[in-house]
Amino acid sequence: MIPLSWYLILAAALFCIGLFGVLVRRNAVAILLGVELMLNAVNINLVSFWRYGNVAIMTGQVFAIIVFAVAAAEVAVGLALVISVYRRRNTVVAEELDLLKW
Amino acid sequence: MTGEQIIFLIVALSTLGSALMVVTTRNLIHAALWLVSTLFAVAVIYTLLNAGFLAVVQVVVYIGAIAILFIFAVMLTRKDLRDSGPQMNPNWWLGALLAGMVFAGLAFLLQGWNGLSKTAADLPSGFDAVSLLGDKLTSPNAYVLPFEVASVLLLAALVGAVYIAFNKK
Repeated sequence: MIPLSWYLILAAALFCIGLFGVLVRRNAVAILLGVELMLNAVNINLVSFWRYGNVAIMTGQVFAIIVFAVAAAEVAVGLALVISVYRRRNTVVAEELDLLKW
Repeated sequence: MTGEQIIFLIVALSTLGSALMVVTTRNLIHAALWLVSTLFAVAVIYTLLNAGFLAVVQVVVYIGAIAILFIFAVMLTRKDLRDSGPQMNPNWWLGALLAGMVFAGLAFLLQGWNGLSKTAADLPSGFDAVSLLGDKLTSPNAYVLPFEVASVLLLAALVGAVYIAFNKK
């Protein structure tokens, strides 16, 4: 049998890889790819806690499904913003989008 | 080491390897395709955790919708930054340091917790996770409200996405 710690370490590593992507990539689409990795790491945690706890309590799976819905919404709005910004400013590099920077 | 553990290790290594490719590869189309590979490996992880329905939803929603949306977005915004110029910030080592420190902190917190070596109990015989999940998602005593709120959120986000990306010219 697989101990719970293996899943938690896997999720922590995946989260940190996603965090690295969000922090260092310059392209706004690549930043969103990092966010997806982080959301997947959270989902692994939720499902493994469901499996290793009381399986009759479905909270872990329900939350995972809601994370799916939120991830879909986040990607739709995020990519629409990126495409809209690309149309107006002709760039997708995050550091060049400094209109609100004081 | 049992067969299940060997499968887990292979899948976990492919998850982390393709996730690393997602954040480091220069070509964004390749990054999106590596994301598909990562998502598929996560679906296998769900199967190992006896959450077959979530594995199917992962393939349909994440790979079928979200990854394809990423590929479209990459193709629609590909004019500059093609494969030239740095893809990472000049101070990328700071991000690497921070991510490494977060991982070390999480690992430190985990090794101090005593529920870690717990193994999963066998599923009760006749246990039907999908019908139980459906019950919980539609029962007023459980999660019908978050479920409905999620559907309203999805609708609002999609209408908003269409409005934002609409070309007003």
